[in-house]
Amino acid sequence: MSEMSAMNRKIIQNLAESFSRQIKHFNRTEMECLIRLFNGLVGDQSDRRAANGLDRGKFRNILHKTFGMTDDMIMDRVFHAFDKDNDGYVSVKEWTEGLSVFLRGTLDEKIRYCFDVYDLNGDGHISREEMFHMLKNSLIRQPTEEDPDEGIKDLVEIALKKMDHDHDGRLSYADFEKAVREEDLLLEAFGTCVPDAKSILAFEQQAFQDPLEN
Amino acid sequence: MGVALSRAAQWTTASSGAGKLEVTPLNESLLKEILRFVEEFSSKYPQEAGLVFKEALKWETTLQPSDFKNEYDTSGVTVKSQETGSDGQPLLQLSSSTISVHSFSQLSNIVQLAKSKKLKEVRTCLEANRDPIVKILGPSFATVEGEDTSMLRLLQKVTEDNESKETEVKMKLLLLLQQLDTLLLSNSLKQITQEVRLSPATVKNDVELLKRFCGEGEKRVLKSVEYTSDYEFSNGCRTPPWRQVHGEICYLIIETCDTDPLYITCSTAGVFLNGGIKLEGDDQAYERKSDVYKDLVTLLKIQSPHFTENIGKQDFTVNEEPLLTQKMEHVESVDVEEQGQTQRSYELEEKNVLEKGRQQRVQNKPGSSKRSEPSLKWKNLGLESPYDDAGGKKSTKQGANKFVEMQDRPVRSGSKKRANFSLSSLAGRLSSQKTKSAGGGTEDFSESSSESEEDEEQPDRRPESNTDLPSEYWQIQKLVKYLKGGNQPATVIALCSMRDFNLAQETCQLAIRDVGGLEVLINLLDTEEVKCKIGSLKILKDISRNSQIRRAIADLGGLQTMVKILDSQDKELKCLAAETIANVAKFRRGRRTVRQYGGIKRLVELLDCVADSPALTEEQERDVEVARCGALALWSCSKSTRNKEAIRRAGGIPLLARLLKSPHENMLIPVVGTLQECASEGSYRIAIQTEGMIEDLVKNLSCDNQELQMHCASAIFKCAEDKTTRDLVRHFGGLKPLVTLLKETENKQLLAATTGAIWKCSISMENVAKFQEHKALEMLVALLTHQPEEVLVNVVGALGECAQKPANRAVVRKWGGVEPLVGLLTGTNRALLVNVTRAVGACATEPENMVIIDQLDGVRLLWSLLKNPNPDVQASAAWAICPCIENAKDAGEMVRSFVGGLELIVNLLKSTDGEVLASVCAAIAKIAKDEENLAVITDHGVVPMLAKLTNTTDDRLRRHLAEAIARCCMWGSNKVSFGEAGAVAPLVRYLKSQDAAVHRATAQALFQLSKDPDNCITMHEHGVVKLLLAMMGSTDEVLQEAAAGCVANIRRLAMANEKARYG
Repeated sequence: MSEMSAMNRKIIQNLAESFSRQIKHFNRTEMECLIRLFNGLVGDQSDRRAANGLDRGKFRNILHKTFGMTDDMIMDRVFHAFDKDNDGYVSVKEWTEGLSVFLRGTLDEKIRYCFDVYDLNGDGHISREEMFHMLKNSLIRQPTEEDPDEGIKDLVEIALKKMDHDHDGRLSYADFEKAVREEDLLLEAFGTCVPDAKSILAFEQQAFQDPLEN
Repeated sequence: MGVALSRAAQWTTASSGAGKLEVTPLNESLLKEILRFVEEFSSKYPQEAGLVFKEALKWETTLQPSDFKNEYDTSGVTVKSQETGSDGQPLLQLSSSTISVHSFSQLSNIVQLAKSKKLKEVRTCLEANRDPIVKILGPSFATVEGEDTSMLRLLQKVTEDNESKETEVKMKLLLLLQQLDTLLLSNSLKQITQEVRLSPATVKNDVELLKRFCGEGEKRVLKSVEYTSDYEFSNGCRTPPWRQVHGEICYLIIETCDTDPLYITCSTAGVFLNGGIKLEGDDQAYERKSDVYKDLVTLLKIQSPHFTENIGKQDFTVNEEPLLTQKMEHVESVDVEEQGQTQRSYELEEKNVLEKGRQQRVQNKPGSSKRSEPSLKWKNLGLESPYDDAGGKKSTKQGANKFVEMQDRPVRSGSKKRANFSLSSLAGRLSSQKTKSAGGGTEDFSESSSESEEDEEQPDRRPESNTDLPSEYWQIQKLVKYLKGGNQPATVIALCSMRDFNLAQETCQLAIRDVGGLEVLINLLDTEEVKCKIGSLKILKDISRNSQIRRAIADLGGLQTMVKILDSQDKELKCLAAETIANVAKFRRGRRTVRQYGGIKRLVELLDCVADSPALTEEQERDVEVARCGALALWSCSKSTRNKEAIRRAGGIPLLARLLKSPHENMLIPVVGTLQECASEGSYRIAIQTEGMIEDLVKNLSCDNQELQMHCASAIFKCAEDKTTRDLVRHFGGLKPLVTLLKETENKQLLAATTGAIWKCSISMENVAKFQEHKALEMLVALLTHQPEEVLVNVVGALGECAQKPANRAVVRKWGGVEPLVGLLTGTNRALLVNVTRAVGACATEPENMVIIDQLDGVRLLWSLLKNPNPDVQASAAWAICPCIENAKDAGEMVRSFVGGLELIVNLLKSTDGEVLASVCAAIAKIAKDEENLAVITDHGVVPMLAKLTNTTDDRLRRHLAEAIARCCMWGSNKVSFGEAGAVAPLVRYLKSQDAAVHRATAQALFQLSKDPDNCITMHEHGVVKLLLAMMGSTDEVLQEAAAGCVANIRRLAMANEKARYG
């Protein structure tokens, strides 16, 4: 058993070593912590699936519990953004890569990340329909309104007016980037997909505490 | 016609029976309309014109029998028409001056006969026949309020006996009259709706109308009506743009026949008297001096009885100019002014040159009605939903517009960010400038700066009715709805979109408030969502530049929440909250709220950062930014005395001192701004001195930012009351940069602060020497002309101090400073007068200067200032008079030449102000040197008045009082009178004073008084001998001599007494 854990530790250290060279924002120890955390989260799954990593349900669970996200669709999209190879699982590499942006990303990285989250069909543009889809629960429905979707539609138009710089009726990455640079509040215009400072702090405190104390 | 006459026409209320039609543009146009109707009637409807009236229309006419021609029989003073009715009665009859008319054809004739007087005829006719229809058709057709059934009745009649031709004609006539009535009503309605507020056009019309009443001769109503400015702006106003923002349209000077010239301001809110704006008035002239009246005529009626009496007699002259069209054109332009320019004009200029220009152009276009066609700007923003245009096709034109908008947007947002800081500081600068102009004397200066209210209540303007609402109102209302009911993303989108509105424009600011947006924005501050808070604060920060919004934010408890946010971890949030507080805390209650909720302490904590190290990390830079915002907020707060105290207690002074070392101007401006604001408090002045801040202030005098220089100079101005500080300024080499700053004559605020600092520094003679070295005096003298008062006060103050040195008096003269100084004696500014009199007084100690002052009649001017109600001015003038009398040639003759002058100065002895009394006593001592004058003031009762003052304990007054008494003893029986008035005993007590100058003057007075035996007895009884004996040992020869003389007199009396008794 101790052999196992010794071997495990060796593997983790190597992994952390190589990751910290590829992935920004985390040092080696932090990387080790994240890998260990990942293993812990995946741990009690059966061997076959453990190889693949975190599945959608588990990942969403983390997003919900640790980072306080609530919107199902956005959580799905965040999962997608993490799951770069699109195999339905977040591997350990995808985990650390994702978290580096998620927790400590620069504005550029976050713009890219958010755009990927919002680009539901992955065609490189956020279309009217996609916006509508993401915003459809954003307003309280007034029972008196004739067309409950009217407000949402209007909101989409406002967003487009604000961000669609080339007037093609949809947001390209360039549109989005330009808009966010002008007004960084627009980064999360279509849904909360970046954790706030408080939960980042809480997460990091928990994840990066000295492993010896564990 | 009836309804229009009873409702729309404006009848004078004065006479109840036969009312008169007021002379107003509205009535005039009504009359013209009726006139036209009558003129055309007989040609258009010959049949109806022939209808004989039920009763004749009678009125007093101005027509003469000779005016009537062919178809009339004239005999003497009576005229009858040849045309008669069915009963043989002539249809027109004129006897003496009463005319009675029975048909429209005759009416038309009269109008033609009357020629230029036709309007007047119509008017008197209508005045005599308030309801003409009754007379024309019979009493059953009287105009009644409410439902009118006369038509129905008539119709019934017509159908009942359809043979009667006459009834049919009557019917037609009635219809015609009613048509006219409707026409009149709709016309007057148009006018009335326009006249809810005055517009440049209505004012212009009124002025034109009034001008016609001016002229020569007995009958004129007014002497003249003049604009103060011939230049008319494109919007019809004649006021300078910075007054147009107050809604002022033009200034008039109206000379009536029976009052002084009236100086009148016409503004959109009405007309009122101002403080006398002639061509380029000073600020006070703009103030309202009377009630606001709805128009010029009303105001004139109140002000001028002659006008009221005669205006009713005036004829309406026929004027072909189409009044109506002119009025229509101007409606739009007034609106523009209300919406666009109520914001402080410079803010607009800096922020939306682009938009404003475009917007005005659009709205100025006559006939572009706001409701039906939203202004181009909003079209450009493209807020309307494409779902609305069903086809989804956008017109190409709109697309093009959008493209233009896109191109200039980045430029705008860039400049917006840059402008932000300078704007807020600019506002501060303006405020401190205002405080400065309020005060000037040392005491007032510090006071006024503490609690001056730079933005007192502005009239609360809410949209008056729904029809007035601009399109942005609805857009903003929609966004607020989304803010209310949206989750974070929706809120963020709505917030960002709201920021695209021009938040510097009052329309938008008030729209946000009026749709309940402020409540929502402030509620957002209470949420946990950092993004929502940031977005909300960004908007609040912008709109809180409006004073109404500030108040609303404070009312909604926004300050409390923002103060809480200052504890947040997020630095951007802290910055925004502090900046918004900086805006909101610009009025007193706001400042108090900040303090009461612990805001001062938190703001002071924000200041804690490393500011002066050359290389800062990103984190440190953010801290510096936080500190800057904190300083901005403190700057606003520091205008309240108790906040100053709170800042000090929260430990703000050392932090400010540390930030003062910062190399960044944008940090230094709020820091120095706060310091100079607080320097009105003694504790700060000491702290500024002891914490070594003078050095930094002096250093920053040489920076290249004028605003910063101004605040530094202003801080020195306030601190240099203290001698140590003055020495420190010299020690750190601050005097030279101050003199250099005198060259910045364009920036008046800077100049005022600089000259103020120089003034206070020159109280120390060492500094004066330095100033001499740097040739400051020459420059100061040059500043005596063409400067605003706040500069002049300080310049003159400085000259007054410098001229205490004899050499400088010559310099002032050599550079031609005496003349302008004397010229300034005619001013009205209290602080300025105090300083000018001091300076003139100082100059007058030099005989050569005195010659100039004398030539310019300066002494008379000084003397007339004794009439000034302010004791400071009185005292200062009296002090200045002393050297004048001493150095003027034929001073006695000169003083006598001032009619009532001596009585005036003697009466000032009744003053309760110690300084006035001392100065007047000093002046009386000088005046009394001339025997004739002494006789005059004795007649004016100077002796008992001086005697009454003797009980004072003020050494300064004692000294001059004793001098005056000594002088006044020289005339007649004054010595005896002083004794009888009980002045001797108190004088003896003066010898116990500590002040050597008092001793000297008192001894002289006693010596004079001792020439009267009774006085000697009184003195002796009060133990004067012992005291005088001590004085005789003094080193002061004058004192010695006087004391000895007095003792000798007493002794002589005693000897004579003994001799008489025992000899």
